[in-house]
Amino acid sequence: MKRRLLSIAVNAALLLAALLTLLPLAWMVSASFMPAGEANQLPPRYLPSAPTLVHYQTLFARLNLGRAFRNSLILATAITAVSVLCNSMAGYAFAKLRFRGRDRLFALLLLTLVVPPQVGMLPLFLELRALGLVNSFGGVLVAAIATVFGIFLVRQFALAIPDELLDAARIDGASEWRIYWTVVLPLLRPILVTLAVFTFLGSWNDFMWPLIVLTDERLQTLPVALANLSGEHVQDTELMMAGAVVTVLPVLVLFLAAQRQYLEGILMGGLKE
Amino acid sequence: MSAVPRESTGTPKEARAAWWLLAPALGAIVLFFALPVVAGLLLSFSDFDLYAIADPRNARFVGLGNYARLLRDPLFWKALGNTFLLVAVGGPLTLAVALGGALLVNSRLARLRGLYRTIFFAPVVTTLVAVAVVWRALYHPRFGLFNQILGLFGVPEIDWLGHPRWAMFAIVLLSVWRSFGYCLVILVAGLQAIPETLYEAARLDGASWWHQLRHVTLPLLRPTLVFAGVITTVGFFQLFAEPYVMTRGGPLNATLSIALLMYQQGFRWWNMGHAAAIAFTLFALILATSALQVGLRRREARR
Repeated sequence: MKRRLLSIAVNAALLLAALLTLLPLAWMVSASFMPAGEANQLPPRYLPSAPTLVHYQTLFARLNLGRAFRNSLILATAITAVSVLCNSMAGYAFAKLRFRGRDRLFALLLLTLVVPPQVGMLPLFLELRALGLVNSFGGVLVAAIATVFGIFLVRQFALAIPDELLDAARIDGASEWRIYWTVVLPLLRPILVTLAVFTFLGSWNDFMWPLIVLTDERLQTLPVALANLSGEHVQDTELMMAGAVVTVLPVLVLFLAAQRQYLEGILMGGLKE
Repeated sequence: MSAVPRESTGTPKEARAAWWLLAPALGAIVLFFALPVVAGLLLSFSDFDLYAIADPRNARFVGLGNYARLLRDPLFWKALGNTFLLVAVGGPLTLAVALGGALLVNSRLARLRGLYRTIFFAPVVTTLVAVAVVWRALYHPRFGLFNQILGLFGVPEIDWLGHPRWAMFAIVLLSVWRSFGYCLVILVAGLQAIPETLYEAARLDGASWWHQLRHVTLPLLRPTLVFAGVITTVGFFQLFAEPYVMTRGGPLNATLSIALLMYQQGFRWWNMGHAAAIAFTLFALILATSALQVGLRRREARR
């Protein structure tokens, strides 16, 4: 009997916590379908009286959010492709190839994890300005080509590749590049999927660096465009909620589709000691 | 680590291949991370400003001048105080919520554990700017959902983002909501790594739930807790988008964080030398926190 009560209490607490967690997101979706002004009235409405898509139409037809959406999509895809390739090459080399200074170099790389990204932002901006990369996607891309976290993730996974497999390929006369491309990459696939999801979500959500580098309105990514809109349309709550839905929905869907891989990555990163 | 083959046994050909494979990643990290960080330190010893952007020869070496100026700058002290408040309140609150949630999710009485874990994690992947826009609406003093709900319990209207005393707390709440799921997932994994036999032994000794928590769970979970704590702390130190979107640092600079001050000084007023000194102060704070963690760990290992 006591166990029954306890079980009810545990599950009720979980349900309440889950509802509280989802409340902001649920309200965001609901308000985005409300006719203008309905989110700001008393007594409050929780569901739209007559659901409408007018705010989504305004965002895409008048406020150019489609352009920002496309920019975000292009940038996040490019960054994901480039950084998965570079990180997988480096991670594999650190795990499986033998060369002098390897372990010290890797330790040095891990040490840079304590440096917050803000520290390099000012000189990087000046550097990119000299290279003509400010106000271009290239300026955002170069800062994301390789990440220590990505290299670390691939390395941990690649350690499990048996040396015999690589040596057999060498005896068959395969070049090192060929071994990486045809033997190693297929074996790394699970961790590369994890890394790709991580990188895509990270660059889609990134705010500070795109805000600094992309000042031209036509190049702005979704978070930057949304932040600007929210300054101009403080009163248009329903419109802003539609903008938030457009920004958040793609990453939420991607997370739900690949959550197993994503959470695995979190745990591998969490066990780095 | 025994799985790592010894580095010295490779052929020259293998070593050459390794350096080619490393070149793109290492090149990018050196050019677009290491170099800027070193240059940032130099920048923080200069008076680099708008005129120097037009012509770098206008920049002069000022030694520790920028740091000395920071010490006299009330705005910097305000931002520093705010950031410490964020860390001191937000960090423990995030961990407490995450630990409570993790214990519930991991409870043998709980159903649908996977679903709950996913729900609690969902805010972590949401776009910060978007949820800051949503929370700003939720915090609206008259129409916002939070005051509506609190009103049901007779709580008078709170001016969440308009009052200096509440604004920082409002930002902390949003941050806790967005980041507790990350710690929760790590803590659940930590809980699952604790052998069941320890609990069986404790129960045989007649230990209550509270005793098991205090003498089995928490001690064994400590490394995981420390790790989650440091990650959370570092995140709060770097807080930027929430005040940028919701309050622009106001009211009365009550939500001005160090990262936001650095952004304003560096990229709005182009006082880049001054901003670089702020960035390195932030670095020093984060470094001190990490060192504290390592120290804690070492002391634990010796016990």
